[in-house]
Amino acid sequence: MADNIVSNLTDLQKDALKEIGNIGAGNAATAFSQFLDCKIDMSVPSVEIMPISDVPELTGDLEENVVGILLKVMGEAPAGILFILAEDSIKHLLKIILQKEVDMHNLDEVEVSAIKEIGNILSGSYLTAIGQMTGFNLIQSVPGYSFDMAAAILSSSVIPLSKISDYILLIETDFIDGDDEIEGYFLLMPEVGSLEKLLNALGLGTNG
Amino acid sequence: MDDNVIRVKMAEYNVGNNPTTLITIGLGSCVGIALYDKVNKIGGMVHIMLPENKKDLTPAKYADTGIPLLISEMEKIGARSNNIVAKIAGGAQMFSMGESNSTMRVGERNVIKVKEVLKEERIKLIGEDVGRNYGRTMEFYIKNGDVLIRSHKTDNRFL
Repeated sequence: MADNIVSNLTDLQKDALKEIGNIGAGNAATAFSQFLDCKIDMSVPSVEIMPISDVPELTGDLEENVVGILLKVMGEAPAGILFILAEDSIKHLLKIILQKEVDMHNLDEVEVSAIKEIGNILSGSYLTAIGQMTGFNLIQSVPGYSFDMAAAILSSSVIPLSKISDYILLIETDFIDGDDEIEGYFLLMPEVGSLEKLLNALGLGTNG
Repeated sequence: MDDNVIRVKMAEYNVGNNPTTLITIGLGSCVGIALYDKVNKIGGMVHIMLPENKKDLTPAKYADTGIPLLISEMEKIGARSNNIVAKIAGGAQMFSMGESNSTMRVGERNVIKVKEVLKEERIKLIGEDVGRNYGRTMEFYIKNGDVLIRSHKTDNRFL
């Protein structure tokens, strides 16, 4: 049984959360494009509400090696941010940034820092936009990095958010470049308490 | 692979008898627990995410409620708790965030709690592959009690 605000959202509230994704990811896509000096597009954000047990299936193949960049969002609306990239996408990105081919199984410190920096830039610009929209002061943590099974990355990322609910709400936006060489999933995962605060800030709260 | 393969998703459990294979894919900080009654060839697996169930949520999500649940479900299909032994895997720290707060070390806390609960239930732990910083898949063959651990970072290993 769904047990809280997550399962009782109205369509209007879901649209408002989608708009957060839209504005956040729009800003992030611009920053990403400028950083890479190539055009990055984004999909229309989707708001997904799902049982926690379905989260590892989000990107498809559970055992596929993917890169995960995880950030904690602190401040008035705590959340998690997870950016997932397929192996080919990250290699392509690192080629643009560092001008060389990398071996994903033997990354050096500079290469890992470059990957984390991608997470920093995307999250920073995403949160700045949400901050302007809501008036909240949102601070991001240092990014964590992992290259491993998609299911292990996804499941470990949602553990902090699953303590008080069996369901999770995700605002997902996909980033793609024009040539299909880069594809990344950007997930904003608000804590249950933050959802209410975000909706209140947008004038669509549950308590008036 | 055997005919009868059952997947155990995160925060879920399942039981079976010979020749069922129970699989859980992509354990990170979560812990997979395989319980086996070798006399009756009955097995069960649960994929827990957190140590303690404080809010009465899905029992299989937590070590303290998931393990007793699994034992009683195995007993329903003929297992005897005196015969049951355990093998566990997972409890990794997937991301190093340059901090050591408790949320980030949940893998370690999961493993500690799982061992504690097994002890309370008087179940002997006979194999483990836990900790470190990588994901694991666990395949449990009820026909002989073997548990295969697969990862992208190490060779296959049997518990």
